[in-house]
Amino acid sequence: MFASFAILLVFQCLGEGIVFIFGLPIPGPVAGMLLLLGALLAWPRLQALVDEGARQLLSHLSLLFVPAGAGIVAAASVGNGHWLAIVASLLASTVLTLAVTAHVLRLFSDRQNRSVMGDEHV
Amino acid sequence: MFDFPELGHFWVYLSASPLLGLTLTLCAYVCAQCIYARCRMSPLANPVAIAIALVSLALYVSGMSYQRYFAGAQFVHFLLGPATVALAVPLAAQVPRLRRTFLPLACALLCGSVTAIVSAIGIAAALGASGALERSMGPKSATTPIAMAVSQRLGGIPSLTAVLVIATGIVGAVGARFLFNAMKIESHAARGFALGLASHGIGTARAFQVSAEMGAYAGLGMGLNGVLTALIAPWLIPLLLRLC
Repeated sequence: MFASFAILLVFQCLGEGIVFIFGLPIPGPVAGMLLLLGALLAWPRLQALVDEGARQLLSHLSLLFVPAGAGIVAAASVGNGHWLAIVASLLASTVLTLAVTAHVLRLFSDRQNRSVMGDEHV
Repeated sequence: MFDFPELGHFWVYLSASPLLGLTLTLCAYVCAQCIYARCRMSPLANPVAIAIALVSLALYVSGMSYQRYFAGAQFVHFLLGPATVALAVPLAAQVPRLRRTFLPLACALLCGSVTAIVSAIGIAAALGASGALERSMGPKSATTPIAMAVSQRLGGIPSLTAVLVIATGIVGAVGARFLFNAMKIESHAARGFALGLASHGIGTARAFQVSAEMGAYAGLGMGLNGVLTALIAPWLIPLLLRLC
């Protein structure tokens, strides 16, 4: 548990370091994720070490959004007078994004190979 | 008996230490999980939305400021970083599958990512939102740390972006099932990828509760869209703002 957590933090540090040194526009944790992905593919044995901590953390991913989300209390005044525009574009844009992504994926995977994407459900 | 001035001092002491914010966050989350389980994990009883509502209510009733609360809750917030790194684990397990479906995923990623940014800014502009608001709105489908960084870079309001990102996540996690059923999209791969792309970590959390396969694809959608948004938003959003 602690070993895997330490590994995750090491990769986050590596990610932050690379982003800082090369001035990349992506955030450190994302760079860390890509590095860990590369490392897992290169050394499959690493999987057993990080597995437990990663699963623990991901199974409670919802919790981690609570502090930032409660910022609604502080941000409420910022959006003053524009809440209709905010809510409408948020709803419409999210639904549109979901629909476009799922539709394009279905369209292309049907064309590529009917049995690959939906094999368990067709 | 109760000594009220003493109690007042105790409250001042408690609300100045990080303990209270942290306790409040965890208690609200545990309550929200109980409610979610009671509702048989219905997407309508989204635990993130319930926990945020409980925390906001507690802050409102007690008069504690958000900055004070966050001084404690930041320890939970910090874990978003290692959690983002941890997404590599379920992703690595899906790599053999990804190799076979590379082209469809790449096309869906590009279309979805651009749709998310263009539609958010377009609709907000059409309804009369101002520049800073549009800038804060643009990266809303990317995961919280990425969206906040992009928003800051573009001159948006990072704290507003965080709220918008989380609201987007909740909308997707709550509504996706109904939308996909209406569109007759059955494959867990397509459902998961779209959910992760549009609704980042909150969509991914929901997807993992449905199936491991859906969760892995959601994690992939979230990760890829995060990277792509970080790369394209810094030039796409200023371009859109000039057009609108």
